[in-house]
Amino acid sequence: MSETDPLHAILADDAPVNLEAEFESSNVKEVLDKLDRELIGLKPVKTRIREIAALLLVDRLRKQFALTSATPTLHMNFTGNPGTGKTTVAMRMAEILHRLGYVREGHLVSVTRDDLVGQYIGHTAPKTKEVIKKAMGGVLFIDEAYYLYKPENERDYGAESIEILLQVMENNRDDLVVILAGYKDRMDKFFHSNPGMRSRVAHHIDFPDYSADELLHIAKLMLAAQNYRFSPDAEKAFFNYISIRMTLEHFANARSVRNALDRARLRQANRLFANASKSLSKTDLMTLEAEDILASRVFVEGKLDMDGDEGSDIVAD
Amino acid sequence: MMTNPNGIVTQGQFSFLPALTDAQITAQLKYALKHGWAIGVEYTDDPHPRNTYWEMFGNPMFDLKDAAGILMEINNCRKTFPNHYIRVTAFSSLRGVESPTMSYIVNRPKKEPGFGLVRQEAEGRSMRYTIHSYATDKPEGERY
Repeated sequence: MSETDPLHAILADDAPVNLEAEFESSNVKEVLDKLDRELIGLKPVKTRIREIAALLLVDRLRKQFALTSATPTLHMNFTGNPGTGKTTVAMRMAEILHRLGYVREGHLVSVTRDDLVGQYIGHTAPKTKEVIKKAMGGVLFIDEAYYLYKPENERDYGAESIEILLQVMENNRDDLVVILAGYKDRMDKFFHSNPGMRSRVAHHIDFPDYSADELLHIAKLMLAAQNYRFSPDAEKAFFNYISIRMTLEHFANARSVRNALDRARLRQANRLFANASKSLSKTDLMTLEAEDILASRVFVEGKLDMDGDEGSDIVAD
Repeated sequence: MMTNPNGIVTQGQFSFLPALTDAQITAQLKYALKHGWAIGVEYTDDPHPRNTYWEMFGNPMFDLKDAAGILMEINNCRKTFPNHYIRVTAFSSLRGVESPTMSYIVNRPKKEPGFGLVRQEAEGRSMRYTIHSYATDKPEGERY
């Protein structure tokens, strides 16, 4: 939390304040707009982020009248299926909280169980503390947090790590925001066996799965970021691809889309090579054609793409 | 003592000033972090000026972004050794520097008895002088 600026005197009781102006000056709008533009779907997530942003802004105005209230706890829990954008949102969260002056540095330290839990007695506490010290002034993001607690092994050191985390989450609320992430059912089990953790995490946000339309939108954004684009036919083909892929097993939302695009790029490169005699234009290098996508095994055999070995099919024909 | 009116050990930075507050320490830590220096917390109960190597309290802290974590460590050290000297050192790993760039005391014993002058008769009529800390008459850990 930023210290109260000594230059700002406490305002009189009837002095008007402008929420709009405060909103403009905080640059939060820019971040929220960026969030809207670059993150497709995720309605409940965006709503909650807006609420938090609003609360912190109002808190800032209240401070001008010396209406102090306890710093709100912002520890969060993100649950959702793989590839629904938990890590991406956590990264944004660090930036938003920094803009709002809630965290001082706004960096994100992303860790998993391995970074927190040691291998022998007395190893865990220093390890966890070091990570916490690194994350101070920013956001500590614990991915797959449910792995911290392994009930089947009573000598597991994860519990020690949780204890230290709990202490810091309570005592250093001003210095550190902890975000836990994981799959819904396992996180529920984790919180069930760690009630202390549950009560210290104020915001439980569930990330919904994407619809096929949203995934296509995401695919286009991903391609644009890498200076590629679909041809109109390819776009249709990719939409069909997503529809089929969603029904198959191991579907990981945006992550599956990213992998599919990477494979399509491989096929595109191969196609360009096959026609090497022809001189290529910039458009050729940028455009993914329908055939790059239709070659996928999802279409041909109705089976999963096995990463990596698809190129061989294409070379053959 | 004429040269040290407060009767306190003066070594490192800021030692002629009143004790630093936590806010001031934080500001100094921020300065060190801005330069990318690794910060360590050290303690001792032997105040002799030639006692260069103090005990480390935990590991030196690399790659931190914010001073709060270090202040937490300093406060832990103060809690564990309330009557020791505690100093904060900043180490620069820059090629050609590779040495401590800051060092200042953040905690000292309530009562510092100071140093006595010790004279030793040497060859002929020559005299050798050294200083001796009254505190070190007692064994380690019981000095303050």
